[in-house]
Amino acid sequence: MTTSSADSPLVEVSRVKKYFPVTSGIVFKKRVGEVKAVDDVSLTIRRGETLGLVGESGSGKSTLGRCILQLHQQTEGEVKFDGIEMSTLSGRELRTMRRRINAIFQDPYSSLSPRMTAAGIIGEPVSVHGLVQGKAEMRERIQHLLDVVGLNPYMADRFPHEFSGGQRQRIGIARAIAAEPEFIVADEPVSALDVSIQAQIINLLQELQEQFGLTYLLIAHDLSVVRHISDRVAVMYLGKLMELAPCDDLYEDPQHPYTKALLSAVPVPDPTVEEARERIVLQGDIPSPQNPPQGCVFHTRCPMAIDDCRAVVPPLKETSRGHWTACIRVGPGAV
Amino acid sequence: MTALLEVNGLRTHFFTSAGVVKAVDGITFDLMEGESLAIVGESGCGKSITALSIMRLIPSPPGRILGGSIRFMGEDLLAQDDKAMRDIRGNRIGMVFQEPMTSLNPVLTIGRQLTEAVQRHLGYDNEAAHARASELLELVGIPDAANRLRAYPHEFSGGMRQRVMIAMALSCSPKLLIADEPTTALDVTIQAQILELIQQVQRELGIAVIIITHNLGVVARYVDRINVMYAGRIVERGTLHQVFDEPQHPYTKGLLASVPRLDKPKGERLIPIEGMPPDLSNLPAGCAFRERCAYAIARCEEDVPEVRHVRSAAAEHHVACWAVETGSAA
Repeated sequence: MTTSSADSPLVEVSRVKKYFPVTSGIVFKKRVGEVKAVDDVSLTIRRGETLGLVGESGSGKSTLGRCILQLHQQTEGEVKFDGIEMSTLSGRELRTMRRRINAIFQDPYSSLSPRMTAAGIIGEPVSVHGLVQGKAEMRERIQHLLDVVGLNPYMADRFPHEFSGGQRQRIGIARAIAAEPEFIVADEPVSALDVSIQAQIINLLQELQEQFGLTYLLIAHDLSVVRHISDRVAVMYLGKLMELAPCDDLYEDPQHPYTKALLSAVPVPDPTVEEARERIVLQGDIPSPQNPPQGCVFHTRCPMAIDDCRAVVPPLKETSRGHWTACIRVGPGAV
Repeated sequence: MTALLEVNGLRTHFFTSAGVVKAVDGITFDLMEGESLAIVGESGCGKSITALSIMRLIPSPPGRILGGSIRFMGEDLLAQDDKAMRDIRGNRIGMVFQEPMTSLNPVLTIGRQLTEAVQRHLGYDNEAAHARASELLELVGIPDAANRLRAYPHEFSGGMRQRVMIAMALSCSPKLLIADEPTTALDVTIQAQILELIQQVQRELGIAVIIITHNLGVVARYVDRINVMYAGRIVERGTLHQVFDEPQHPYTKGLLASVPRLDKPKGERLIPIEGMPPDLSNLPAGCAFRERCAYAIARCEEDVPEVRHVRSAAAEHHVACWAVETGSAA
């Protein structure tokens, strides 16, 4: 194991590609193509920070999250956690590693086993990793976890269907923190919840981060939510990283035309502001990831596209300190 | 302007084995010709059931419209028989549903589905119906309309399917278009396209629009008036600016305060509405919101708040809250 220092990033994703095969035929499956869900993405996540990962459906944001969790084995590239390359770990080593990494999923209805009680769900990671001895200690641990996520400990023996959506998401969060991880991938943790409940869960995530020093990768399509809790934000489109910047930089001074359009499309709940706002409405649809455009994947919808954009895959370059953009038309040397 | 739609004291309940669910419980509002209205609320607040009641599409059993009236273009929709309702639906009232994949028939071409309504309602022959269908596709911004009519729904993306749904709803030139969460299943850049389209057809064709949504942000740009619903009742209604600029009901205020906003400085913590929406089959006495309300007073536990004029505001602004100073009952 390499030694970890406070300065080194907790997660290092370098040149990760994840291609899914497309097959045709029922018995004799023939490979007819591939979907480039994640195509050559590199980024790092620092200790204690929240990295927001935004993008529309099909952008590859969830696939990237799953590669980091090693729920998908990447096609190419490296995912390092605390300096350790994850894809080379044996099953046993990976299991040990998994104690340090956990996940919160979008749908609190399908991500909890309907046959297990809240105590069973939350207790499972605790017993898998052998964190407590004996039933009494386990009981105590579960009660404590329920309390931490704002559920009443007397609810421990209830089944998921007896909880509301917001409460289920709290159970999912309790499960995620049960084994005391350092890093949590939260994939759309609030998008299935009602508006009035979303704020409760967002606040809970922030409180837990402060309390336990957690590092988050927050995958979401809601740019307002991402801005609220992220330190840095990465924008993906069709498997590519388009822009990566400190949160305030990205929202106040977006560089990539896609980020600009995305931000201008986010509605603001204030008619006076809305009336004054200029909106960039992108034409057309997101192309199929099975057959992405040549050159810059965004050129088919980009209001700034020129001929070169069709030919060159734009590299991610630093346009200002810590602000990375993949567009040949912005930053130093722009055309 | 005359009222195109007047809903008065509408009550739609569902009689289930677990008890009576009061999905819509006494709501009153109206809509002028050519006007756009948003019905906003969370899941289970009764916003979709309001739309289905207007369309008379409540599955029965278990649902039943128990009382009130719905007047559309001067006719009482609740008094119409099934045949008369079929003539109104799709003809004078068009509807767009949330999920464009499941609301289109996967085994019929887009053209076949688009021509059905004009043939059924307006008696067009094949050729005229076909011409109308390609005209509609162009209206909703689908290029190469003549060829696209031969395509099947799976060949369209989500945003395109929603355009087709809007074209279908508009096919007989309705006076009212009801869109139930028209953008919820779509990506944010596509959402903007669809909302712009709805606004454009509303203005160009002069039709009235009801947009049903859970997202306050979505409607801030596109509607004239807003009804906020909670637990089967309208808790606040007014013009766009009244509801957003001077929200009166604690629930409306809570909703507006609980969402992070791109135009505001990044705050430390959000202010959530504590608790959760009540069980509609077992509503507490008095105001359904009182258990989550910071302003609740003794009276909230006993009486259901009446919808009353907001004292300081123009006549359209109404609120149902005992803790807000109001004028006369509406």
